[in-house]
Amino acid sequence: MQRNIEFTLNGRPVTAQVGNHQNLVEVLQGQGLFGARESCAQGLCGCCTVIVNGAAVSGCLTLAPLIDGADVRTIEESQADGQLDPVQQAFVETGAFQCGFCTPGFVLMTRQLLDAHPQPTDDEIRHYLAGNLCRCAAYPEIIKAVRIAAAKRKG
Amino acid sequence: MATTLGKTNSGAAFGRSIPRVEAQAKVTGKAEYVHNLRLPGMLYGKVHRSTVAHGRIRGIDVSAAKVLPGVYAVYTAADIIKLIPEPYYGPAFHDQPILAVDKVHHVGEPVALVLAADPHVAEAAAQLIDVDYEELPAVFDEVEAMTSKAIVHEVLKPAGTFPDLKHLKGKRDTNIALDFHLRRGDAQKAFAEADHVFEHTFRTQQVLHVPLEPFVTVADPTPNQLVIHTASQSPSFVRIEIARLLGWAENKVRVKVPYLGGGFGAKLYIKTEALTAAAALLAGRPVKISLTMEEQFYQITKHAATLRIKSGVSKDGKVTARECEVWWNGGAYADIGPRVTQKSGFTAPGPYDIDHVSIDSYALYTNLPAAGALRGFGIPQLVWAYESHTDMIAKALKMDPLAIRRKNILREGRPQATGTLMRDAGIEKVLERLAERMDWEKSFDRGSGTLRRGRGIAIGFKASISPTTSVAIVNVSADGSCMVYCSTVDMGQGSDTAMAQFAAEALGIPVESVTVVHPDTDVTPYDMATLGSRSTYHMGHAVKLAAEDARDKLMQLAKDVGLSAETTPIPDIFRKKYGMQAGNIVGVGSYIPTYTSPDAHGQTDNATPFWMIGATGAEVEVDTETGEFKITRLVNLVDVGRPVNPAIVETQISGATMMQLGFTLFERMDFDAGQCTNASLADYKIPGIRDVPLVMENEAVDMVQQSGPFGAKGVGESGTFGVSPAIASAIDDAVGVRLTSLPLTAEAVYRGLRAQAGKPLDE
Repeated sequence: MQRNIEFTLNGRPVTAQVGNHQNLVEVLQGQGLFGARESCAQGLCGCCTVIVNGAAVSGCLTLAPLIDGADVRTIEESQADGQLDPVQQAFVETGAFQCGFCTPGFVLMTRQLLDAHPQPTDDEIRHYLAGNLCRCAAYPEIIKAVRIAAAKRKG
Repeated sequence: MATTLGKTNSGAAFGRSIPRVEAQAKVTGKAEYVHNLRLPGMLYGKVHRSTVAHGRIRGIDVSAAKVLPGVYAVYTAADIIKLIPEPYYGPAFHDQPILAVDKVHHVGEPVALVLAADPHVAEAAAQLIDVDYEELPAVFDEVEAMTSKAIVHEVLKPAGTFPDLKHLKGKRDTNIALDFHLRRGDAQKAFAEADHVFEHTFRTQQVLHVPLEPFVTVADPTPNQLVIHTASQSPSFVRIEIARLLGWAENKVRVKVPYLGGGFGAKLYIKTEALTAAAALLAGRPVKISLTMEEQFYQITKHAATLRIKSGVSKDGKVTARECEVWWNGGAYADIGPRVTQKSGFTAPGPYDIDHVSIDSYALYTNLPAAGALRGFGIPQLVWAYESHTDMIAKALKMDPLAIRRKNILREGRPQATGTLMRDAGIEKVLERLAERMDWEKSFDRGSGTLRRGRGIAIGFKASISPTTSVAIVNVSADGSCMVYCSTVDMGQGSDTAMAQFAAEALGIPVESVTVVHPDTDVTPYDMATLGSRSTYHMGHAVKLAAEDARDKLMQLAKDVGLSAETTPIPDIFRKKYGMQAGNIVGVGSYIPTYTSPDAHGQTDNATPFWMIGATGAEVEVDTETGEFKITRLVNLVDVGRPVNPAIVETQISGATMMQLGFTLFERMDFDAGQCTNASLADYKIPGIRDVPLVMENEAVDMVQQSGPFGAKGVGESGTFGVSPAIASAIDDAVGVRLTSLPLTAEAVYRGLRAQAGKPLDE
């Protein structure tokens, strides 16, 4: 069954016709956004991370009708000045990725982490990022990037 | 950018930790993957897979699937054969059908394909297909497969790609896809004369690559060509193999590869490409096949292996003879397993100087998902065996693990088991640096009470696959910017960045003015494949040669128009020649190393263009009440020659180590009657951020590969070599429990502790 939904996508109002069985990743693909990627399809890898009403969710487990009226933010959200944000800058500087498939999820979760804990402890970093998998295992660089991003946001 | 041709080999581009060229695209989610690709009119394909491990197909009922609203077509082998009469592919054997023909060989084998514009419809329809099987006896164990009456393939069909497999053509009723034998000296005589003889058997489990971007291919039948967009590590091979299947010229097939969301050896040769291509041609529409995470478990895996190793040793710890028997569980299709058997097989005795060596290495067919190349190409399995064996000998002789290695390692200029002399192989350097970083000769806190501490070291080596070819083109535009055309696939290892560095260094221009064109077989020239840590060396050479060719031509052009290339900005040289911003300078480079095929005894004076060396030291803390253990420190040392990009090299070392850590500690495919029972990330755990050891140190030792481009060689696999045996030895050192099967679980340690206490647990 199809239905029409309205939601805010990266600050702009959008409408979409969605099936009840479809998930948020498919809705975003319909909008031409591919930064949230379905990989494990079980909400375990974090590749499909999307920020819905301020909370990080697994796009693969979020049914499309449930985002009617929601505020949805993705990795494609531009920074006001068109530049990379401190988290993205830190990921580039430290080389905190290899293949890059999981990177949008890590960037979004790092922002969530730093919003809640501007100066995170090592344990907080590992706790927040435990739900994101990186098969290339750039974890040491990711931890470095989080620390640098925290310093950049503070500075 | 008015660049003037600068000095070559100045160190301005090579050896610098510049950020990856695609960094911005990756952190903004905009990097291009086949995963993202949608074409107008595209259909989605979903596969119906075998539910039995070995069986004859009596009938396939697709009627219910065909009438499901929205289904465009349902195909079985009967349809494929109309297009491709001999629908079998594979790099070593033409044993893998595009869709199962008459028989299935493992659970999960593709039997039928549904196409629909809506992937959910295709998925639902694939479930409606009903296949009637006559089940056949199956074989799953690699050692049993040697003599089993269950025969996976009645007739062997070598591809003809590798000359040394030709003698197997038409061989019947055997599961042995390849047997490799090496004899050096007289091992039996040396055993008889040895002070001690030790023999141990080790096992490794079946695991898989798990790239987070699962296999995905889009095939587009355009009027003049079949265009294949695919997440492949080997675009040139895909083009040649698809053209062969169709009986077409190579230039009728175009293969394009953007970035890969991980490869690790999974996305080599043909995987989803042949099925997608056939479906698109049959349908006359673009077709996309994206495997799910679960389906990856049926596509390609890493060889489980049984390894028996026997050594003759003198009283003072010198290994005089070694005999290795290795059985590789290749699963239902040979894939590149025969190459694993031979190319890895010949290093089975380890990086040790042993006069008398005997190696027998067997690639076996079984009724499990196929095994192929996975980061290390068989080497991690071998190192697991020979380094565990080395420490078990040391313990028996009351020798220090470092001392026994110092006594036996292959030193520069000494012959390896094949007879090839070791050159630019930093075995000694890596071992000594590891000992230094581990403070091996200082006292070590061994813990107390129920928390016991131990440490272990392990070292391994690998030959590069040889001989293989890489071709590159370097194109200098009239404004002085430059493009490198090569078919090396950037799957995360940073090859785009490395190739830009090679070109810039050889041309003498800033690395920022170089871009790398992604593999497109209509545009980028031949490359054997992105595998086995070969690209830095082989494609690095080709790009360097192409850049040098372009530089020579640019110098000549400047001379022809009466200018000095050293002092004139590049755009001015073009403008003088063409009267405006116009023209190109195109340089070409092609590289294939020299190689000598092994003789009947596996002997050759030139087995490999370079050696990769990797070693790991581990410190662990074991809880004697539970068997739980924690890795408190992991130190990884490698010889990569001169690092092209030190920051990326370090990420490659730690990434390889972490992947092998998963294979060491918890990853294992579980099977019940050939059915994988943990085919999801919920049940098959891969390393997460909490699995990173508390302290992990990585270092590339100071080495130069004299034959390498600017002294470089490959790095992608070396970090995997020593991980498993170093940890097993550390556990043994801590609590006296020696594990001989992977993975090293807390349960296995606890069982060992109970057995040690004379109170063994029931199975």
